[in-house]
Amino acid sequence: MSALDNVRRPAGEARSGRRPKAHEDLTAPTAAKPARASKWLAELWRPLVFVIILLAAWWLVTNQGWVAPFILPSPQDTWTTAVEHAAYLGQHTWITTVETVLGFLIAVVIGELVAVLMIYSKSIEKTAYPLILFAQVIPKIAIAPLFVVWLGFGMEPKVVVAVLMAFFPIVISGMAGLKSVDPEILELTSTMGANPFKTFLKVRLPASLPQLLSGLKVAATLAVTGAVVGEFVGANEGLGYVILQANGNIDTAMLFAALIIMSAMGVLLFAIIQVAEWFLIPWHASRRSTGSSAAGA
Amino acid sequence: MTATLPEPSATLTTPVVEVNDLNVTFSSKRGRVTALDGINLSVGQGEFLSIAGPSGCGKSTLLKVVAGLTRASSGSVHLRGSSVSGPRRDIGYVFQRAALLEWRNVRGNILLQAEMRGMDKAKAARRADELIEMTGLTGFEQSLPHELSGGMQQRVSLCRALLHEPDVLLMDEPFGALDALTRERMNIELHRIWRETGTTVILVTHSVAEAVYLANRVVVMSPRPGRIMEVLDVPLGKDRNYGTTMEDPVFTQISSRVRDLLGATHAGD
Repeated sequence: MSALDNVRRPAGEARSGRRPKAHEDLTAPTAAKPARASKWLAELWRPLVFVIILLAAWWLVTNQGWVAPFILPSPQDTWTTAVEHAAYLGQHTWITTVETVLGFLIAVVIGELVAVLMIYSKSIEKTAYPLILFAQVIPKIAIAPLFVVWLGFGMEPKVVVAVLMAFFPIVISGMAGLKSVDPEILELTSTMGANPFKTFLKVRLPASLPQLLSGLKVAATLAVTGAVVGEFVGANEGLGYVILQANGNIDTAMLFAALIIMSAMGVLLFAIIQVAEWFLIPWHASRRSTGSSAAGA
Repeated sequence: MTATLPEPSATLTTPVVEVNDLNVTFSSKRGRVTALDGINLSVGQGEFLSIAGPSGCGKSTLLKVVAGLTRASSGSVHLRGSSVSGPRRDIGYVFQRAALLEWRNVRGNILLQAEMRGMDKAKAARRADELIEMTGLTGFEQSLPHELSGGMQQRVSLCRALLHEPDVLLMDEPFGALDALTRERMNIELHRIWRETGTTVILVTHSVAEAVYLANRVVVMSPRPGRIMEVLDVPLGKDRNYGTTMEDPVFTQISSRVRDLLGATHAGD
């Protein structure tokens, strides 16, 4: 095909290489399945290469003796420490994971509930919104000690801080999503004589999912931070505790191991929600791989 | 039917839609705006009524008042003899945008109407099949809205509006966003569907050709405040071929009259 041909084609067509017709679209989902593995590879090679370059730089800097080991441990040392203390790290990782997931789930339930209440009642919105904003601007680390006083040294204060951290993006994205419904569709459903619950379930909630899921991704990473912040102010277990201990012993290799596990936890939670997105909103524009296609009228 | 006599059914049987001395005013920041002023209108069983007028003449507001989506400030609207005081279930509504649910396929979007109303599932499914065939959507039942062209999306919207066999179909600029060719084709199809279903239709449009080709009567409105300037009968029979109708002297005569009336409303601008 000549370059001239490409120039003449509309942008959307040139991108996908061909114009899919409607009947082809019908078969698209089944045809796409075998290509999934290579699609993942195509998505992942760039960040993978970047991580490898970072690791190489880390290795170079530490092995050449340019930085003292107590400031920056070498990747081998970090790895060895992690393997040697696998049981210890595993136990504390489990604690932080439970706190994070529990806090995140509670935040999802309460956050979405509050978002729904605020959408359906103007007076609730006007009452609750400033309070929620106020609660959000208080630095969580500043009130975390208070929760230790109230709830003791167990898991509870950590879960509470995780909830507080994750709550705000969920409420905001939940509300934005519920408000994003086409007003004409709501007018239509009102002529269908549907009760508000049915309209919520079949129209409002599905329409809110794309925005809500974006909020959940932010919330998931914040929940990890919340749990660790909770552990910082008073704990005898969890990754936050591990980091404080390692810091006190100037055991930077252990500190790095804990940090990496913590980050991996956040990434994993994020990835789980990403996968949920593929299943929940395959119809959404952000999930379509090719440009818009149209069948003839 | 009796095509030679204008609007025989409207005078003989009880009207489906009856509007008496309707006024609608909105209060905005700049004060009160009169959207509709002293509207009187009655639409008979099986009639196709077009409402033509420039933007801002309140024709969309009139449809919303009939549907019970907007309140009348004074006057009355009756649908099948009962006063309209809130959203009505016995109507079908088509907007300029198809307003489909992105996550539902063609069939799912049409059946939303049945699910919301709690209609009998088997009956609704059969009716959906009929409508899909009638509107030429066969083969696209599983397609999602974003895979369809604007014209096809509007067909889905039409099927959804007709699923529960409403007393009256209200269409607000349904083809306004389509290209001229698609629009023409949709006009021909709407005419056929109207003949096949016998539904009462009120169509709001900017297009003079569309208004006259489809209607038994054309209501021409003037803006600010929205008033009815003139009501024209369109004695073109019930089975209209698009090509020959366009060249029919009766058609051209009525069209130019509508155009003159609409032109007069612009003269004051």
